[in-house]
Amino acid sequence: MTLLSAEGVTKRLAEGVTLVSDISLSIEGGEFVAITGPSGSGKSSLLYLLGLLDRPSEGRVLLEGRDTAALPAPELAALRLARLGFVFQFHFLLPEFSALDNVLIPIRRRGALKPAAAEARAMALLDALGLAEAAAKLPEQLSGGMRQRVAIARALANDPALLLADEPTGNLDTRNAAAVFDIFARLAREDGRAVVVVTHDAELARRTTRRIHLVDGRIVSDECG
Amino acid sequence: MKLILDLARGMLSRRRRQTLVSVLGVALGVAFFIAIASLMRGFQTYFIQQVIDVQPHIVIKDETRTPLPQAAEMAVTDGAVSVNGVKPRDRVRGIRASGDKLAILEAIPGAAAAPILTGSALLRYGARDVTVTITGIDPPRYRRVANLEKDLIRGSLEDLRSAANGLIIGDTLAQRLGVQLGDTVIAVSPRGVSLQMKIVGIFHTGIVTLDQTTGYALLKVNQVLQDRPNVVNQILLRLADVTQAEPLARQIEARFGDRTESWEEQNANILTVFVIQNAIMYSVTGAILLVAAFGIYNIISTVVFEKTRDIAILKSLGFTEGDIQRLFLVQGIIAGVLGAALGCVLGQLMIEGLAQVRFQTETPAGNDRFLLARDWRIFAVASFFAVASAALAAVIPARRAARLDPVQVVRGAA
Repeated sequence: MTLLSAEGVTKRLAEGVTLVSDISLSIEGGEFVAITGPSGSGKSSLLYLLGLLDRPSEGRVLLEGRDTAALPAPELAALRLARLGFVFQFHFLLPEFSALDNVLIPIRRRGALKPAAAEARAMALLDALGLAEAAAKLPEQLSGGMRQRVAIARALANDPALLLADEPTGNLDTRNAAAVFDIFARLAREDGRAVVVVTHDAELARRTTRRIHLVDGRIVSDECG
Repeated sequence: MKLILDLARGMLSRRRRQTLVSVLGVALGVAFFIAIASLMRGFQTYFIQQVIDVQPHIVIKDETRTPLPQAAEMAVTDGAVSVNGVKPRDRVRGIRASGDKLAILEAIPGAAAAPILTGSALLRYGARDVTVTITGIDPPRYRRVANLEKDLIRGSLEDLRSAANGLIIGDTLAQRLGVQLGDTVIAVSPRGVSLQMKIVGIFHTGIVTLDQTTGYALLKVNQVLQDRPNVVNQILLRLADVTQAEPLARQIEARFGDRTESWEEQNANILTVFVIQNAIMYSVTGAILLVAAFGIYNIISTVVFEKTRDIAILKSLGFTEGDIQRLFLVQGIIAGVLGAALGCVLGQLMIEGLAQVRFQTETPAGNDRFLLARDWRIFAVASFFAVASAALAAVIPARRAARLDPVQVVRGAA
C-alpha cells in the first residue's frame, strides 16, 4: 500500500494567491525525498499539506490509503501523533523542559507506553542520535546542532512511518547539516521510514534518493537515484 | 492529564513573579471575603440568637390577616346589587376559645405556650403620669416562653402572686415615675378602671423602649384593669426547634384563623437588612475577585502570546484543540487554587487579628469585641468562587490558544 499520496492537491489563500497547484505524487516507505525549489515556490506549503497540518483547497491527501480530506481535526491530530513526525527549521523545543522531557511529550500524549517504558524509549532515541549526555539538559544549554537532533528524536518519538522536515538545516553549519542529512538517510534506509525534506540546498539534496523540484507551486521535475 | 498538568506547571514557572502577583490578587479577594463574611455572619448569628433567646418564637394574635367578611357582603355576592359603606360589626376583641387552643398548642411536641393580655394604662405616682403597656401574664406558663427573670434586677416573678395587684416595671420607667420597690402607683386603663398597684419588681433589658414603657402584672389583674374578664389577646409560643417556627406558624394560622407570626416574620425588617448586608458583602468581594480575575486573564494571555511557538509545535505533534485549551485552563485553575489556599490562610490570620480588637465601650449585651463566625463553609464558598472566577478568566485566552493555526506560526518563525 502506498504510504502517502496526493491527488490533484491545490492550496489557495483567501486573497486568491495560489501556493500549490494540482500536485499529484506518491511516496513509499524507505524513500528519502527532497522537495526543492526557489523561495515562494510552495515547498513548505506542500509539506504542510502532506503532513496534515493544513487542508488542501482542492484534491486530497491519502495516508496509508485513507482519505484525510473528510477527517475532523481531532482525528487528524491523532494521525499526526501516531504516524507522522515533524522537524522544523527552528527546533521548537519547549524551553522549560529537558531534552528527555521534550522527547517524552509526544510519547506521553499518545499514552501507549507505561512511564518506565516511555522513558526507556525516549532515552534510546536520544542515545541513537548521540545525545545520551544531553538528556537532562535544558534546550538553552545545548548547541544548535544538538537541539535539532533532540527535535529529530522528538519527531521519532512515536515511531512514525513518515518524517517531514521543513528546512531542518537552515540554522545549522555545514558539518551539522551534513550530520542531520546522514541521520535522515539512515532512518529511510534502515528503518524503512519515508523521509520528506524541504530544502533549498542543492548540495544536500543530492544525498537523497528522490528529488522533487517545484516552481510556482507546480512540479517541474521528479527524479530518482 | 498528568502531562497537561506538567506542561502547565512548566509554563507558569517561567513567569514566576507575574504568577505570584495574580495569585496574590486572588488571595486578597478570598481573604477579605472570609474576614468580612466572618464578621457579618458572627454579628447576624449573635443577633438572631438574641432574638430567639428573648422573644417568643411564635405569637398568635387576636386579629385576622385579612378583614373578616361582613354579613351584608356575604348576603349579596356578585348580584345586581352592590353594597357600599358597610359598617363593620363590632366584635369583641380577644382570642376566642383561648383555653381550647392553648390545650391544642401545648400538645405539640417541643412547644410551650403562654396566654397573655396586653393593654395600655396610665401609671400615676404623685404628680407624674406615664403611659405604659401592661402585659398580663401567668408566671408559671410565661416563664417557659420568655426569659423575664433573667432581666429582673429587683424582686421576683413570684412576688406578682403574693402581693395583691403586683406590678413589675422597667428601670427607666421607675426612674421617670420616681418609684422604688414596694411603692404603690395608681393604674388607670382606657376603660376607666383604676387600680392601686404595688411595684414588686424592676427589670432592665438594655432595650430602651422596653425599659421605659412596659410593665408586667398577673393575667387576672390585667383582665380586671382592662375590663376584659377572661380575655386573652395573644398566645406566645416557644419551640425547641426554632427553625420550625415559620411552618408551624402557618399551620396554626390555617387551623385557628388567628393571625400568627413567627419570629422571622416579626423581625422581617432586620432580617431584610441582613439580606442587604450580605448582598453588599458579596458585591464588594465580587469586585475584588473580578479584579483578581483580570490579573489571571492577563497572565494567561501573556503566556499564550509568549508560547505561540510551543502551542504550534504541540499541535503539529498531535495535540488537539481540546488539549491546548485544557492546558491553559489548567494554568488559570492552578493560579486560582494557589490563590484560594493562600487566601484561606490570610483570611484565618485576619480573623485572628480581628479577634484581638477590643472596644472601649460596652454594648448593653456586654460585647466589647467583634463577634466572629468561624465556619468552614465561608472558606469553602470563598475558595469555590476564587477557583471558578480564575477558570472563567482563563477561558478566553485558552480558546484563543486552541484556535492558533500552527502553519501560520511555523511560517512566521522560519
